[in-house]
Amino acid sequence: MGIGELSGYKLGQATRDAFGEELEKLGASYPNVVVVDGDVGNSTRTEPFAKAFPERAFNVGIAESNMVSVAGGLAAAGKTPVVASFACFLMCNAFDQIRMSVAFPNCNVKLVGSHAGISIGEDGPSQMGIEDVGLACSLPGVAVIVPADGVSARKATQAMLDHQGPTYLRLGRPKAPVIYDDGLKFEIGKAIPLRDGGDVTLIANGIMVPIAMDAAQLLAQKGIEARVLDMHTVKPLDRDAVIKAAKETGAIVVAEEHLRHGGLGSAVAQTVVETHPVPMGFVDVGDCYAESGDPMGLLDKYGLTAEKIVATVEQVKSR
Amino acid sequence: MAVSAIQLPFDEMLAKAKTLRRHIINMTTAAASGHPSSSLSAVEVVTALYFGGFLRLDPKHPADPARDRFILSKGHAVPVLYAAMAERGYFTSEETMSLRKLGSPFEGHPNMKRMAGIEASTGSLGQGLSLGVGQALACRLDKRDSRVFVMIGDGEMGEGQVWEAIAAAAKYKLSNLIAIIDQNGYQQTGATKDVLDLKPFADKIAPFGWHTQTIEGNNLQAALDALKVAVAQTDRPSVIVSQTQKGYGILPVLAEEGDLNYHGKPLSAKLAEKALALLN
Repeated sequence: MGIGELSGYKLGQATRDAFGEELEKLGASYPNVVVVDGDVGNSTRTEPFAKAFPERAFNVGIAESNMVSVAGGLAAAGKTPVVASFACFLMCNAFDQIRMSVAFPNCNVKLVGSHAGISIGEDGPSQMGIEDVGLACSLPGVAVIVPADGVSARKATQAMLDHQGPTYLRLGRPKAPVIYDDGLKFEIGKAIPLRDGGDVTLIANGIMVPIAMDAAQLLAQKGIEARVLDMHTVKPLDRDAVIKAAKETGAIVVAEEHLRHGGLGSAVAQTVVETHPVPMGFVDVGDCYAESGDPMGLLDKYGLTAEKIVATVEQVKSR
Repeated sequence: MAVSAIQLPFDEMLAKAKTLRRHIINMTTAAASGHPSSSLSAVEVVTALYFGGFLRLDPKHPADPARDRFILSKGHAVPVLYAAMAERGYFTSEETMSLRKLGSPFEGHPNMKRMAGIEASTGSLGQGLSLGVGQALACRLDKRDSRVFVMIGDGEMGEGQVWEAIAAAAKYKLSNLIAIIDQNGYQQTGATKDVLDLKPFADKIAPFGWHTQTIEGNNLQAALDALKVAVAQTDRPSVIVSQTQKGYGILPVLAEEGDLNYHGKPLSAKLAEKALALLN
């Protein structure tokens, strides 16, 4: 069964595709926006913008360090640069440039990492950004956004451009189930409640949102009513929603397509332990690198499934 | 109000260079830390930029978009920048005496968030030229004639990112970008030729598509002449390989100490007195 099928979701756009279309669409009304590309614009989907606004797009070649600092310079001179690459190459290769040329001077640079997570599939672990959210969250002043579907990716793209200050937008490669309609209100730092329930809260982002919704269906069959929150912003975290979930449901399971350390799970757990401690569980890639393979097979092998969420909820509820 | 460049008579510029050197020594000795020798090598070029008719600025409106930019990529040499900015009217030289003290915006490396007129936060070597490429691209997009000057250390040229930026600047034919390599011959642990020898810089950078000049960088007239040629380029970025001496101006003092590198350490009060005597 495909992701989100149990919840009745139809497969739609990949978040990277939605981002690319929206960026091009917004280009005319955001004249300060420029794109800096490390020669992967046809993968990150900045290409349509570059074709529509060639004088505002700079492909600096396979040189991520320079790419990020060039964006820092453009921002220092008043532009709003969108600098996009694969999540792993952007965040890992250019991390010090993001630190020194973007975060420390608090420049208005929009970092966009595509091909995040293990669901990129066959290209294998060297191309999988699974450290990126932790790295981005470690930097003061950087907002970190992980949209779940095409609609929220579009809204996140505009929200990112409207936000003053550095942001990191994390995007996926595969087509994503459609969760939202165009009326979605998307606000950075504000979780979206998708399902209410009083027995446990599932907090997820990215591709794990429809998987968490599927898990909620399975849990309901077992008499467990799960609340589901789309926590698209990891930083600044919607602390109110987390505290409310802890108080009202008494148990939290976090699901993310990221390493165990430093991601959404860490952020939620820090908030929970310092406000209203409740039993928690974590569904993620763990503390290992993945491998090449088909995306669905990888998600299954590395435990990013509705069934794993259900088992984790049962384990957490038994504590 | 508008940006403008200051052009002092040559003898006044020579005197200004000495003043910058005194400020560098005074503030680093007061801070009891810092990089005076790395700052001293760059004095003539910085003097030429600020007082030789090149940098069009308005200290009263430091963010005026029409301004020229000077990015000090070798951020540890920031005392030379504070000294020049003080003389240019951004603040007083007395204020620079709070260098490196808690609460002071005169940080150990440039921090643009805490000081108007600082064009880039640097200190992690290798990033300044890329930042300059970005600023130069933005100035061009905005159809401004602003120029972006970036000073890089010769040891810093070991950072691969500098070469990425050299290639990118050439691709975009950034004639409004002028790089200055302050080739003072030393880096932290020894002579640059022994640590990682990347000379000759001009011969390596020219094939990328840059205009290149190599000068005796502690010769003020040579610095002025080279900058004049650099800013006149119309179709490509320009680099000035400025061959200098680390600690220039107080070399007899450093020689007496038996350390012509004298990296990352201030002069004691006693040595500062000797050094200042040389500059009077």
